[in-house]
Amino acid sequence: MIPGAAPPILEANALSRSFQVGQGLFAAPKTITAVDDVSFALRPGEVLGIVGESGCGKTTLARMLLGLMAPSVGEARIDGRPAHGLDGRKRARLIQPVFQDPYSSLNPRRRIRDIVALPLIAQRRFGARDIDRQVGAMLERVGLAPELAARLPVQLSGGQRQRVAIARALVAEPKVVICDEPTSALDVSVQAQILNLLDDLRRDLNLTYLLISHNLAVVEHLASRVAVMYLGRIVEEAPVEQLFASPRHPYTRALLASVLTPEPGLGIPDVGLGTTLPDPTNVPAGCRFHPRCPQAMDTCRTVPPRRVPAQDSSVECHLFG
Amino acid sequence: MTDDALRATIALPHRLRHGGFVVGAAIVGFVIVTALVGPMLVPHDPFAQDLVNRLVPPMWTDGGSAGHVLGTDQVGRDYLARLVYGARISLLIGLSTVLVSGLIGTTLGVAGGFFGGRVDDVVTFVITCRLAVPLILVALAVVSLVGSSFLVVVVTLGLLLWERFAVVARATSSQIRNLDYVAAARAAGCSRGYILLREVLPNILNPLIVVATLEMALAILLEAALSFLGLGVPPPLPSWGLMIAEARDYMFFQAWVIVIPGLALLVFVLGINLLGDGLRDLLAPESRA
Amino acid sequence: MTPILTVERLRVEIPVKAGLLRPVRGIDLALSAGETHGLVGESGSGKSLTALGIMGLLPRRARRSAAQLRLGDLDLLPLGERAMEDVRGDRLAMIFQEPMTSLNPAFTIGAQLTETLRRHRRVSRREALERAAAMLARVGISSPRTRLAQYPHQLSGGLRQRAMIAMALLCEPRLLIADEPTTALDVTVQAQILRLLAELQRAMGLAILLITHDLSVVARVAQCVSVMYAGEIVETGAVADVFARPMHPYTRGLLSAVPVPGKVKRGEPLGTIAGVVPSLVGEIDGCAFRTRCPAAHDACVRPVPVRTAGAGRRYRCHLSPGATEAPP
Repeated sequence: MIPGAAPPILEANALSRSFQVGQGLFAAPKTITAVDDVSFALRPGEVLGIVGESGCGKTTLARMLLGLMAPSVGEARIDGRPAHGLDGRKRARLIQPVFQDPYSSLNPRRRIRDIVALPLIAQRRFGARDIDRQVGAMLERVGLAPELAARLPVQLSGGQRQRVAIARALVAEPKVVICDEPTSALDVSVQAQILNLLDDLRRDLNLTYLLISHNLAVVEHLASRVAVMYLGRIVEEAPVEQLFASPRHPYTRALLASVLTPEPGLGIPDVGLGTTLPDPTNVPAGCRFHPRCPQAMDTCRTVPPRRVPAQDSSVECHLFG
Repeated sequence: MTDDALRATIALPHRLRHGGFVVGAAIVGFVIVTALVGPMLVPHDPFAQDLVNRLVPPMWTDGGSAGHVLGTDQVGRDYLARLVYGARISLLIGLSTVLVSGLIGTTLGVAGGFFGGRVDDVVTFVITCRLAVPLILVALAVVSLVGSSFLVVVVTLGLLLWERFAVVARATSSQIRNLDYVAAARAAGCSRGYILLREVLPNILNPLIVVATLEMALAILLEAALSFLGLGVPPPLPSWGLMIAEARDYMFFQAWVIVIPGLALLVFVLGINLLGDGLRDLLAPESRA
Repeated sequence: MTPILTVERLRVEIPVKAGLLRPVRGIDLALSAGETHGLVGESGSGKSLTALGIMGLLPRRARRSAAQLRLGDLDLLPLGERAMEDVRGDRLAMIFQEPMTSLNPAFTIGAQLTETLRRHRRVSRREALERAAAMLARVGISSPRTRLAQYPHQLSGGLRQRAMIAMALLCEPRLLIADEPTTALDVTVQAQILRLLAELQRAMGLAILLITHDLSVVARVAQCVSVMYAGEIVETGAVADVFARPMHPYTRGLLSAVPVPGKVKRGEPLGTIAGVVPSLVGEIDGCAFRTRCPAAHDACVRPVPVRTAGAGRRYRCHLSPGATEAPP
């Protein structure tokens, strides 16, 4: 860690969250641990990319960081304050979300200007004209023509809606933005526009991002650090160049190897993961990745690996500690 | 055009639905106008008995006269006047019942669907209890005990017909609760109450409107049934149901006595349903793309 | 060798409130046995409706027309619904994007697989179940007999997709249309499913029309590619060639917009395509891409010529080949 650096603006300390899932009348309810002992510290101006596939717990993690869900164990802190107990309005000025689906993240019955104005209205200290001015400025900032303000979401394209979502997230001037798959539901050409926009805004407004994405190329483009999640745990964390250049955890390597690039002639990679699939309701004993790991050893079946910190990265695997 | 808008455009058979709405609106509009101004335009008093002119057939059959366009009933009251006045009663019953039951059902349903957990358990229990109650028997019992009057009928039906509102409100609000725009509103710092009112409620209106029209039609039919059994709106108020009941004894001799109010009931209920259907389609945001 | 699929000037028109919607405006396609042809386009390009048009599954109000629409020697154009039902599932199959909604949740996997088989072949129920189990094993589903008795919700997304592939290939069709088959899947599962499709294709001599918005999938899996924009194919050719030397400005724009892991330059913006897809209602004068093309000029309002740039390599553009090399 660089001495004298600013204190973390977003922290997760041993964050865990479990759910009880009913099994019908006669069986005992099962416990699903969606997020298991996740810790990280995000400094102002950084972009932490969280990478993982379905069932890894990234959405639950995002909700806890936003203060929308209480952790079962541990806590999330924003700017030093606990995320969950914080007053809604104060928290809104610190952290805001941009969600994946531009079709369900905007209220279909509200006009664009009302949607973007929402965080300001909730603050209850801005007059109507002041709100209009701020909303107009933000819409322009995200590249939306002013006449779109009076329209309904259904009249806008996916890319435009996502811009509205970004405008809404930024209008209250938060410090941290959680982007949960911000471009996954968009067309390729639109994805690029939104990613460029996010990058510009981060620099102009001094924002800190937590970027959740299954698209490794997007993460590589925007993030400064990357954490790889598998079945609720962070299995590897490293600066972005390092993770992509020399991934250590077998899951990270498999993930990187699976990614297809628009380069003809290279065929389809055989990642060697086998056909078993991760099941959050049935987490394997020992290392949770061992049934699919091409390098699984005997210890992996029984003993869960511990986090092995290195210089500015960490990995959770028996191969390394 | 986005894929969604494309799909929505292709899926809406807009011409058919529009037609239904127009017909429904026309019927309901006609009944409303009749209810409002009809009693003033009709030359006869619906309560005036005229035993000399009992069971005069409608104008277009032989024996009929222009003085009584739809004839008279068994005690000589002008049928048209009673029909028109009856429209007022049916409309009032329908609207008030829907208001009462709609308020009760929606409040309960949204509370259960939005808050979930214990609150939802309680709401589900209450709905189940209500569903276990036999509608007509209770209505009959209450009215026999308390006596029949307009107010009693409205309150009784209102307290009994809310379950469809509750079920629909609960289902839709629990779906909406999980949508991203609700999460975004919470992240924006909005209070729960604000979210309920401004984010959730407007989006559950559509299915509730359809339920409201179905319930209104049902309320009117139930009131007619109660009146038929002598336990609805007290005579001599000319509820259509009562008119049907009173005509029971004469229906094989003078068919019109029962056909006219029956037809009126049918057409009105049909109109309400068509209107509700059409309203729901027209109000959907997708149709504005 | 007769091509397995020949499509010439396929058009789809749908009357809507605002006028006549033309989502497919004259598509040409040709596929041979054992070939995977990628049909690439973004949302609103008309690629899914093209697939539905070939299958005869368009919505009732839609009107389809083509100069030619053949499956091998069979002319599909004059076939009515009954005749198409015989073809579908048997010689022509389709798999869809959402494994959750493509399988009927009310029936077991076995019931759905055997239904397809018994519709097209004279087999007893037991024989059908045997073949279904064999097919499930072939697509890599373990304990196939247990799976036959399971319902779709008991399988994960990847397994459901495999089951759907099994269902599509049971009668050994000649052409498989795959509409975004891996978009809804995790990236590690995607690789597995694509390998599976490639394997089955080799074994069965299957022709696959792969519809996707994902350029990377097309690059790795297909031999030929057609790029679709606003209902038209703007560029077509061998994959290696199109990706190495894209001719049409839209193709270039698309390729520059895709971040390639390992070649990403942080801090440098990705290439973008400004503007939005034009409305598909009514006629479009000249080139549909001219409102967004960095090299557009006056001539682009006139009907666009189809240029060739080598064997099988065609694209629609007013600009001469040299001009499209110009930087945006």
